[in-house]
Amino acid sequence: MASHMITARTPGVFYRRPTPDAEPYVADGATVAEGDTVGLIEVMKTYREVKADVAGTVSTWLVENEDEVTIGQDLLELET
Amino acid sequence: MSISTVLVANRGEIALRIVRACRELGLRSVAVYSDADAGAAHVRHADDAVHIGKSSATKSYLDADAVLDAARSSGADAVHPGYGFLSERAAFARAVTDAGLVWVGPPADVIERMGDKAAARAVASQAGVPVVPGSDELADVEDAVAAAARIGYPVLVKAAAGGGGRGIRPASSDDELRRVVVEAQREAASAFGSDVVYLERALAHPKHIEVQVLADTHGGVVHCFERDCSMQRRRQKVLEEAPAPGLDADVRTAMCEAAVALARETGYVGAGTVEFLLDGDGEHADRGEFFFIEMNTRIQVEHPVTELVTGLDLVALQLRVADGEALPMTQEEIGCRGAALEFRVNAEDPADDFLPSPGEVTALELPGGPGVRVDTALAAGDVIPPFYDSMVAKLCVWAPDREAALARGRRALAEYRVQGVPTTIPLHRRLLDDPTVIAGSYDIGFLEGFAM
Repeated sequence: MASHMITARTPGVFYRRPTPDAEPYVADGATVAEGDTVGLIEVMKTYREVKADVAGTVSTWLVENEDEVTIGQDLLELET
Repeated sequence: MSISTVLVANRGEIALRIVRACRELGLRSVAVYSDADAGAAHVRHADDAVHIGKSSATKSYLDADAVLDAARSSGADAVHPGYGFLSERAAFARAVTDAGLVWVGPPADVIERMGDKAAARAVASQAGVPVVPGSDELADVEDAVAAAARIGYPVLVKAAAGGGGRGIRPASSDDELRRVVVEAQREAASAFGSDVVYLERALAHPKHIEVQVLADTHGGVVHCFERDCSMQRRRQKVLEEAPAPGLDADVRTAMCEAAVALARETGYVGAGTVEFLLDGDGEHADRGEFFFIEMNTRIQVEHPVTELVTGLDLVALQLRVADGEALPMTQEEIGCRGAALEFRVNAEDPADDFLPSPGEVTALELPGGPGVRVDTALAAGDVIPPFYDSMVAKLCVWAPDREAALARGRRALAEYRVQGVPTTIPLHRRLLDDPTVIAGSYDIGFLEGFAM
């Protein structure tokens, strides 16, 4: 099985949920389609969605919710 | 002064501004900083500095306990909150005073009252200050239709729990209103956890005019004239000026007196801003009808334009009033001289839908010369962090009249060089060549339709 890494397009703070009380965008082991939102990055008080750039299965998170991330940082590995 | 050490509970240019005011008053200043700001200018310039947490604002500058601990451990006897962050959190103001420290701002109950839309409207009405005609909370759709008949179309349907421009929908007829109220209730329930909505009259092409007030603990209240903050993008101010161009002298007087009456009514202390909408071309526009919208219970970003036309140091006055001093001047001694503009320099790309653009500033050249003031904490080689507001500098200019101030603004913006990150400087240069801006007749919708 191949794998694919989703990386951060912008620096900021990473969130797995749309709001603190909501369910995560994607559960571990879930399947995602290309274009699905898998997280949020807060940059300068604005929120930018992190989207799956390929279809696949959520395999390994490389960051925790609320982690500070840099541009290009690995966020989520998908099995494709 | 009886206070001797001020904890500066903020970052960036406003923290530096407060540090500077402290130094001039002979007060010791203590900065707070997050991981990302360890080498920041406000930390370098303060007499002392305390690390309060990680880079994320919620884990540092918004962490009330960490900020309060820093105040205690550094021996501060006063806390200046600046703007944003904890500045309008009544619970924080209360915690500061409960800890035996001086809060540089109005009493917590005033922050609470003016932060609640309905309560603030009630205070304004008691003070005889006009509010935008509107309804109480609506029970149902037919209640809304009845209220609209009284207020007059067009109306705005607003979520009671909304804010910052969110949860607002226009309606121009009974049929449209019936549909919009249902949609607004549904949206408000999911976005704000409350489906309560109310109506307000929609004003045509209003200007946003605000009045600076100062109040002491001895009953003294004065105004420092007005600012025109109509240049906004998504309800964020972009450029401000004082005095408001084209404002009728009688309307100016009425507005300033209304602001003082409101501050007096609410028991205000310190520096505050009373915001009004001035009806543009509605039915009574020729009468200069204006309406109270909200009061900001803190120093504002755009305070320098008022400082430039009045010659006052508003931050120093905040500290002196917090120390119990009476205002050192009467209303008659406050004049408004010349014209001033402020250009907010944001790390955003105006050519790419104002995309936030944190990153390293590789080179920086600031404008200077007569009538130019730059409030910034940014230096060449600094990295603009992604964790906070995108505003990195305020370029302010003053000249004896508005035409000269515009020319000075064009000259200063042309001198301003930032390399490494895009900024809003090109937007300001475009604006100063626009006939509507030159005429001073722009309203709060102007920038939304302005193409870069």
